[in-house]
Amino acid sequence: MPGVSDVAIEVSGLTKSYGAVEAVRGISFAVGRGEVFGLLGPNGAGKTTTVEILEGYRERTGGDVRVLGFDPERRDPRLQERVGIVLQSAGFYPRATVREAVTHFAGVYPRPRGAEETISLVGLEEKAGARVSDLSGGQRRRLDLALALVGDPELVFLDEPTTGFDPAARRTAWGVVRKLRDLGKTVLLTTHYLDEAQALSDRVAIVKDGVIVAEGRPDELSATPGRYRVSYESAGRRVELETDDPTDLLHRLTGDALARGEQLRGLTVSRPTLEEVYLELTEEDERT
Amino acid sequence: MTTAGLLWRQFRFERRLFWRNPSAAFFNFLLPLILLLLVASAFAGDADELEVLIPGIAGMGVMATTFTALAFNLTYLREQGVLKRMRGTPLPAPAYLGGLLANAAVNAVVQVALVVAIGNLLYDVPWPKELLSLAVFTALGVVCFGSLGVAFSHAIPNFDSAPAYVNAVFLPVIFISGVFYSADSLPPVLDAAAQALPLKHLVDGLSGAIVDGTGLVDNAAALAAVGAWAAAGMLLAVRYFRWE
Repeated sequence: MPGVSDVAIEVSGLTKSYGAVEAVRGISFAVGRGEVFGLLGPNGAGKTTTVEILEGYRERTGGDVRVLGFDPERRDPRLQERVGIVLQSAGFYPRATVREAVTHFAGVYPRPRGAEETISLVGLEEKAGARVSDLSGGQRRRLDLALALVGDPELVFLDEPTTGFDPAARRTAWGVVRKLRDLGKTVLLTTHYLDEAQALSDRVAIVKDGVIVAEGRPDELSATPGRYRVSYESAGRRVELETDDPTDLLHRLTGDALARGEQLRGLTVSRPTLEEVYLELTEEDERT
Repeated sequence: MTTAGLLWRQFRFERRLFWRNPSAAFFNFLLPLILLLLVASAFAGDADELEVLIPGIAGMGVMATTFTALAFNLTYLREQGVLKRMRGTPLPAPAYLGGLLANAAVNAVVQVALVVAIGNLLYDVPWPKELLSLAVFTALGVVCFGSLGVAFSHAIPNFDSAPAYVNAVFLPVIFISGVFYSADSLPPVLDAAAQALPLKHLVDGLSGAIVDGTGLVDNAAALAAVGAWAAAGMLLAVRYFRWE
């Protein structure tokens, strides 16, 4: 956990209700400056509601929230000029060109990045003179990114930034996120793509039904539930066991097998991947 | 940059993009002028008719460039998420919305000027007699119908239904408010409706300024009616404004 002065985002006990529906039911996490933090979870888990509270779009029902030291609900312009937002879906004037759009946005911020520089940062140089209405879905998403970055923000919110991207556009977007981290920016990313969370995030929180069900570094998270999976074939049947202590289990298994004069074919010991942890944590309802 | 500077920037951005939208330019700007030319040609030489038509079309032009244009525009911007996107920047709301309104206001002023000029140059209607009154009624008309357009956009559920909603208001109102013909002979029910709504009063005020040479004092009742609608429009526009 980063020290207090190095905290970009601090959320504690956050709740949000829409009428009788509790979309967020007590979420707490902190994001350090310069960190890429991923909120991972299925659609409807409460990710977007959480992020929109941090962005200042929604008022929270309860709990406390600090973004760069400000309460986002107050919509202080000194906060807004230090933050860049990529919404899940937001259009722009269809008849403006990419260059006009980015230049127009640059004028809204006190210390913007250059328009041309921003356009090439997201890889839209060849489309700089094209109208927004003539862009493909992936190109529009790159424009979204350009409009969020042109103010040279310290903190960038990316809500499902690569949904609908083709693989090439996705790689470009990942490259931009990594570039942001290299520049020392803080990034809060929501995604339902596991590989994206794993590839980009320093830390990940898995959100389900309005609460965080797991949190940590992607590699840590894979191991945290503590289980190792031991698997082998016995009498033509695949046996899978889970344990917190593979040494002991293996000792007993191999001991028994040797005593019976049997071979444990295809014996493997594995740790669950992030994907398995994620599926296990988020799909419980479907299994029971 | 100051809020005023940002408003000016937004205004220039809106101006640049306005003419790139042919359908908006046609329906909200050119259509009143085309109707003027068609109807005026039919009544050419009939000075009484023309003196109804010129202030009538000027009033209709104010409504088309502000009420109609803004109701459409804001519904579109809200549905497309543009309003939400702008809300996420440090651009102050007054600067952004002020830029949108200023764009509509310029269209309205140009519209009134063109209608008056066409009336004089093509159809021999004398130049306006009361310029101050013309300016005040035009400005108040812009505020009134502009804010009502913003307010009305809140009631329109989506952009697909915007033409139906807007025209359900716009068309009946222009027909009962004495735009194309004198409204003196309307049935009492329609006359009462027209009296309750702002366009007839705006047309009366413009008619006084352009044709009759009566000033603000003579048209105080019309001024008050348009002003009351302007106040109501502003209240509703602000009270129910939705960014998404």
